[in-house]
Amino acid sequence: MAARWLAALKTPAGAVSAAMLFLVLAMAVIAPILWTGQAEEINTRAILQGPSPEHLIGTDSLGRDLFFRLLVATGLSVKLALAATGIGVTAGLVLGVVPSLLSRRIGRLVTAFVNIAVAFPGLLLAMFFAVIFGVGQTGAVLAIGLATAPSFARLTQNLVATQSERDYIAAAKLAGVGKVQRLLRHILPNIAEPLVVTATIGAGGSLLAFAGLSFLGLGVQPPAYDWGRLLNEGLNDIYVNPLAALAPGLAVVIAGLAFNLVGEAVAETLGTPMPVSGRGAAPQRVPQASTAKPYTAAEPSTDGADSKAVLTVRDLFVSFPGPAGPITPVRGVSFSLARGEAVGVVGESGSGKTQTALALAQLVEHPGNVSASRLEFLGQDQLSSPSRARRQLLGTSFAMVFQDPMKSFNPTMRIGVQLAEVAQRHLGMNRRQALARAADRLRAVRIPAAERRLRQYPHEFSGGMRQRAMIGMGIMGNPDLIVADEPTTALDVTVQQQVLRLLSSIKEENHVAILLISHDLTLVAQVCERVLVMYAGRIVEDLPASDLAGRGMHPYTQALLAAVPDMETDRDRPLAVVPGRPADPSQVPVGCAFASRCPKADDQCTREDPQLVEREDGHRVACWHPSRGTGRERVSVELKLHAVALQGEAS
Amino acid sequence: MSELRFEQVSVRFGGRHGMTAVDGVDLTVPTGQVVGLVGESGSGKSTLARAAAGLTPLTGGQILFNGQPLRPKRGERRPLQMVFQDPHSSLNPRMSIGESIAEGIPRAGRGGAAGRRSEVQRLLGLVGLDPQRAFSYPGQMSGGQLQRVALARALAGQPEVIIADEITSALDVSVQGTVLNLVRDLQRELNLSMLFISHNLAVVRYVADAIAVMYLGRIVEQGPAEQILSDPQHPYTKDLLAAVPSHRSPSLTPVNADPAVQAVNDAEPTDPHHLPSGCRYHLRCPIGPLVLPGRDICREVDPASDGNRQAAACHFVGELLTSGKAGIL
Repeated sequence: MAARWLAALKTPAGAVSAAMLFLVLAMAVIAPILWTGQAEEINTRAILQGPSPEHLIGTDSLGRDLFFRLLVATGLSVKLALAATGIGVTAGLVLGVVPSLLSRRIGRLVTAFVNIAVAFPGLLLAMFFAVIFGVGQTGAVLAIGLATAPSFARLTQNLVATQSERDYIAAAKLAGVGKVQRLLRHILPNIAEPLVVTATIGAGGSLLAFAGLSFLGLGVQPPAYDWGRLLNEGLNDIYVNPLAALAPGLAVVIAGLAFNLVGEAVAETLGTPMPVSGRGAAPQRVPQASTAKPYTAAEPSTDGADSKAVLTVRDLFVSFPGPAGPITPVRGVSFSLARGEAVGVVGESGSGKTQTALALAQLVEHPGNVSASRLEFLGQDQLSSPSRARRQLLGTSFAMVFQDPMKSFNPTMRIGVQLAEVAQRHLGMNRRQALARAADRLRAVRIPAAERRLRQYPHEFSGGMRQRAMIGMGIMGNPDLIVADEPTTALDVTVQQQVLRLLSSIKEENHVAILLISHDLTLVAQVCERVLVMYAGRIVEDLPASDLAGRGMHPYTQALLAAVPDMETDRDRPLAVVPGRPADPSQVPVGCAFASRCPKADDQCTREDPQLVEREDGHRVACWHPSRGTGRERVSVELKLHAVALQGEAS
Repeated sequence: MSELRFEQVSVRFGGRHGMTAVDGVDLTVPTGQVVGLVGESGSGKSTLARAAAGLTPLTGGQILFNGQPLRPKRGERRPLQMVFQDPHSSLNPRMSIGESIAEGIPRAGRGGAAGRRSEVQRLLGLVGLDPQRAFSYPGQMSGGQLQRVALARALAGQPEVIIADEITSALDVSVQGTVLNLVRDLQRELNLSMLFISHNLAVVRYVADAIAVMYLGRIVEQGPAEQILSDPQHPYTKDLLAAVPSHRSPSLTPVNADPAVQAVNDAEPTDPHHLPSGCRYHLRCPIGPLVLPGRDICREVDPASDGNRQAAACHFVGELLTSGKAGIL
């Protein structure tokens, strides 16, 4: 937490506002000690004077120096504002936390009370309290404090409620940690940051509110004085000496801004994730595609028949700026897809498979950078063509299916309208034709009662139906390529089969190419003819799906297959294990990215990154020691020995 | 002895328009055995787990540990512990690994701070982590390592029963195996009873001695793992098994020649807020009223499992074996 606050101070806005706040606080402490004498010295010979070198902003009706009064008033103004904030925060915290500690009924009562209090305007509340507690400092502090309490209580309640639902609270409950301990040790530390930020901003607000109350005569009473009081007194003579009123106003603005800006600056840094620091070696800087050497040795055999290819990708790179140099989730991916071909992309999280898909769909978000030596879709160069032509082609011939269709449909629009939009925009149909086409497409993806379904909203569809509708939207035009990114991961197994069957029947009937992205090898093998195995942003193996079981050559492919249990796995043996952790795209080693987890790795592997080389017809491997035919059992023995060796090294 | 028994357990959410997530479940986790609980999302399996752990109040029935209701007192040993799906969410990001684990150690019978520290080291060793990791924070560790920590914390309470709720589904496939191996080893070593919940039948098959299949809040079939897998009685179990892809024969389940069967295969999952009358599976059942004429009993009468071998809740269990086989496979 301290690190984040320090990081906030390093931003320009943070540094300036922190300096301002420091000045204000320092003045609040020092000024009353140093200058109270000067500020309260009555000089009847210098009444109501204008600015002069002697009295920088003039004097008041008793001849007291206004400049010194202004400085000394900082003390009381800030003190009262902080006191009010303290009361507000304490009361708010108590009210916010109580519902989680007491019985449900009392908790509900407190919540209802807070809700009503929040709806009550703050200033009105303050004036109401001022009447109860009497006009004066105490009343005003209590009034402003209690007026800020409800919104703080509401915030605390919400934060506590969100944290309470997290599993670690359930785990603490199971470990026998009591309610109060759970609150103090688990919940409060995790909600402290937003609360402190809000309190800081709140202090600025209290300062302003206090100046307002004092100005109205409801706050500080003479002979005491704060900025609001000075403002009030100065206003009487604003035509004689405008500075007497403007200066305290300016002081209020500066101090209020200081509090608010510090709060905002910290809030902003809290919103951005902290850079991970101190973890191992510096990441390898990956050259951009323009400087990367082309993978000439690894051109696939389909190259000659490019006229038939739906998609051709050469040396695709996707990179994002990171705190320690660019992070490159995709590092030189090359493949092509023929018409009507289904290719699977398999990899774990961080392997770059999703970023590859997004790059193909031209959906990589802003700071990301996509480059390639060649990226062609249906013969159109996706790197240099005008964006309108690209959009037109992608809109009609390219379909994308995401993991969570709930996020890819607009929840406020009917399914039919969303489907029809595609046909209206890209196929030039009118609304009626488009809706008729939409109904036809829903029937094509086997959604019963298509006409009725068109009028429904996305939330009225079940997960599987929504995914079908998404695919239906993809085939509104006559796509030549469907890219499906984990289309069945969010679905139950029985529904999974339905969606996969649908995809493969669309492929058969319409001769569409499919790029199916998944973490599940077996699932991909069900639908695809060819599988690309990705690891740390590279394709490490490109093989026919029929070769997956037992004929994979890359140790990673073999290990993946051995590590995942299926219905034939021997229950009496331990599962094969891939030692180490999955690749981290921000820390790619110099040599083969899999070397640290590979049982076959040697010096060459850690020094040099192997290229994707064609070993036999239609089978490319990026490995210095490819081998075939190691059965599941042998792989698991190799991996286990390797894991033991690694453990030995570590200890 | 550490037997966990669910007796007619029901959990209902919401008021009049609420839904019954768990409906009259009877299930026993025998001492030292692993019971796998499978079912699709919305079947109520996670709710059942949370109810067992005391995190969700029961609407009906009771959950007994060795014949007694579970009501642990403060500072005592907690005989039932739970491991959650997402280790990133189940560990407090602001507490070190060591602190999180130490919290689970019961106060009684532990010798102060030094005793706790050595216990934390022992537990970290038990789950195959470097004891120095006690000083790390969750943000510095990978998902697989965190799941080991979560296991260590559960073990800190010296449990006899562990409830594992989808503990591998948030992990990368290459890491999943290590966690499964660890769970199996620990379960055998410590003779733990375990309720292992997963939507992945292959994973359940690997760890479980017995399997219970849940559908819309009910257990529709339960029995020894081998029997359930080789000779499923309930049509839903059969459909589940048919949907699991295999390395050896990677092909999609073929389209059924009978359009009526294909229609129920493609049917939408039933909305748990609007349960159908009669058998809850009848809208998706390949041997139900939508496929075979004259089976109105499925629409009208809710089948109860009638003490047969595998306790399958289906009106036509016997027939499934004979006439059903040709229709489905």
